[in-house]
Amino acid sequence: MVVFKRPHALADMTMHYCPGCTHGIVHRLVAEAMDELGIEGKTVGVAPVGCSVMAYNYFNCDMVEAAHGRAPAVATGLKRANPDSIVFTYQGDGDLASIGMAETVHAAARNENITVIFINNAIYGMTGGQMAPTSLPGQITQTSPYGRDTAHCGFPVKVSEMLSQLEGPQYIERVAVTSVAGIRKAKKAILKAFRNQVEGKGFSLVEVISTCPTNWGMTPEKAMQWANENMLPYYPLGVYRDRDAESKEDAQA
Amino acid sequence: MSDKVLMKGNEAIAEAAIMAGCRHYFGYPITPQTEIAAYMAKKMPKIGGCFLQAESEIAAINMVYGVSAAGKRVMTSSSSPGISLKSEGISYLAGADLPALIVNVQRGGPGLGGIQPSQSDYFQATRSCGHGDFHLIVLAPSSVQEMAELTVKGFDLADKYRMTSMILADGTMGQMMEPVCLSDIKPTTVEKPWAVTGTKLERKHNIVNSLSLVPEELEQLNFDRFDRYRIVEENEVMYEEFMMEDAEICIAAFGIAARVSKNAVIAAREMGIKVGMIRPITLWPFPKKAFRKAADQVKAFISVELSMGQMIDDIRLAEECIRPVYLCNRAGGMIPSPEQVLESIQNIAGGN
Amino acid sequence: MAKLTIDAEKCKGCGLCVATCPKKLLQIAKDKINSKGHCPAEITDPDACVGCANCALICPDCVITVER
Repeated sequence: MVVFKRPHALADMTMHYCPGCTHGIVHRLVAEAMDELGIEGKTVGVAPVGCSVMAYNYFNCDMVEAAHGRAPAVATGLKRANPDSIVFTYQGDGDLASIGMAETVHAAARNENITVIFINNAIYGMTGGQMAPTSLPGQITQTSPYGRDTAHCGFPVKVSEMLSQLEGPQYIERVAVTSVAGIRKAKKAILKAFRNQVEGKGFSLVEVISTCPTNWGMTPEKAMQWANENMLPYYPLGVYRDRDAESKEDAQA
Repeated sequence: MSDKVLMKGNEAIAEAAIMAGCRHYFGYPITPQTEIAAYMAKKMPKIGGCFLQAESEIAAINMVYGVSAAGKRVMTSSSSPGISLKSEGISYLAGADLPALIVNVQRGGPGLGGIQPSQSDYFQATRSCGHGDFHLIVLAPSSVQEMAELTVKGFDLADKYRMTSMILADGTMGQMMEPVCLSDIKPTTVEKPWAVTGTKLERKHNIVNSLSLVPEELEQLNFDRFDRYRIVEENEVMYEEFMMEDAEICIAAFGIAARVSKNAVIAAREMGIKVGMIRPITLWPFPKKAFRKAADQVKAFISVELSMGQMIDDIRLAEECIRPVYLCNRAGGMIPSPEQVLESIQNIAGGN
Repeated sequence: MAKLTIDAEKCKGCGLCVATCPKKLLQIAKDKINSKGHCPAEITDPDACVGCANCALICPDCVITVER
């Protein structure tokens, strides 16, 4: 019996990502969610600008490439045009939390019935390792060569915490694909984020703590250690919003 | 005889869009075009459509991109500063060959400018509404009836050629009230096999995309797109000639400037001056042949514009600099008066 | 009895599976290179594999199939 194989919704091709890049893991989890819910045939994905710009090649569902940061607006259009479509965006930290912050916040505020997969690896990968809105205090990048100085350029944005202050969203969870246990949890969260949409529940965002071995200048294994030791204390994992659980609590109280 | 109703220009656009099958409108408030959004906000929920006020013009145009990618008719409207913000998305629409309708009810600029009528976005609309090699189909109505008709035409052309159409109006056209007949409007429909409506596991996935990293391939995409543009230039030019049969002076004007100029032409004719007018209805494709032909007949052209002179460049290119082209203009939200245009005609007729 | 298959041609040799295998059965090949220039992962003792699929879970390139 096959216990693990490539999901159907993931195209059978070599992805362009660097060795050890966690984009591949998250792509697979998204494809597994499509398989498990049987929604590949009605799913439309929106790729961002960033390392995962060519994600449109890697999923077998219909795909759209958006302008930098605009994926949630494009997804809004797709969903409003065909409410039966299952629409997801796949965005990095620069795309979602810097240039596209307005689109992110307002899609969440509208409780737009879409699924957002947010890759937080604390750096701009595609352009070669510049400081991201999520780069840690003191983190050395190409554009913070002396370490991120919070007095000069401010603090990293905690997207899940911030969005969970809004009334709108249905579900927000932060997970990490930097360990096998973390990947198992991430899989559940991504599945839930898609299932919420199928059930018409509204805006679901999964923030995925990820690595960038190339631009961090580490082996893939070391990069996972670094993320676990440095990113997780700043970006605590967990469920930040789950209206289902909240309504259960209300019922109990 | 068809029924006529009294409508504002902006409302005529909105109603015509609905008649054309548009069920999705996204916009952000800006003067002087907000009536379009208000009309859509009232109407769309009652006909199963979607009006959504976006968080910005940038978001609105990207929502348009999403609906268009899904294969549905969609529009947005704005005024000059808002169109600048939309220009990023307009470039992406062009790069992904997506049809859409964009309305620009122009106001004076640059910058925040003013809120009074202007035609100073002519360059932006016809030259560079965003980065990269591309064109919009630019339609310039000069009556409320045309606001409606060109809206439907804009959707039809957009779908036919997989291009974005723009209605280039101005504050006066938007606010003007005139009788309109909508019942004769018959929109077309086009199959969109490229749309992202879900594979249903029956076909290879569709990708709507403007990225192409191989320069040879991107060049070919540009070549192919411009082959399509040449067909548009060949088949879709629209203009109106007024009293051009024996004209020795040719006024060139579009939109509100053409309405003002028409009065001046009639007044000049009464004084015995042989003047006519060419009114471009499509600003892109520009009626080049009409102006080239006129150059063999007239002694001079006068471009009447609500700008510092933008269409005047296209006239010179079209008539190949055979005759002088003079500018009669106001800017910053001011409108030339018929007297100003008449004086300009008299000066040129008198050899001044 | 578990069976692990690695698509060596698609493997980028990142080594995450090597670090993850609880039984330390995986290594990066020293004497093999695929057409992309990567040294792929390989299993040293196939019979000892318990089929936990941790390697497949962490593989970014989906090159590992696990049967049990």
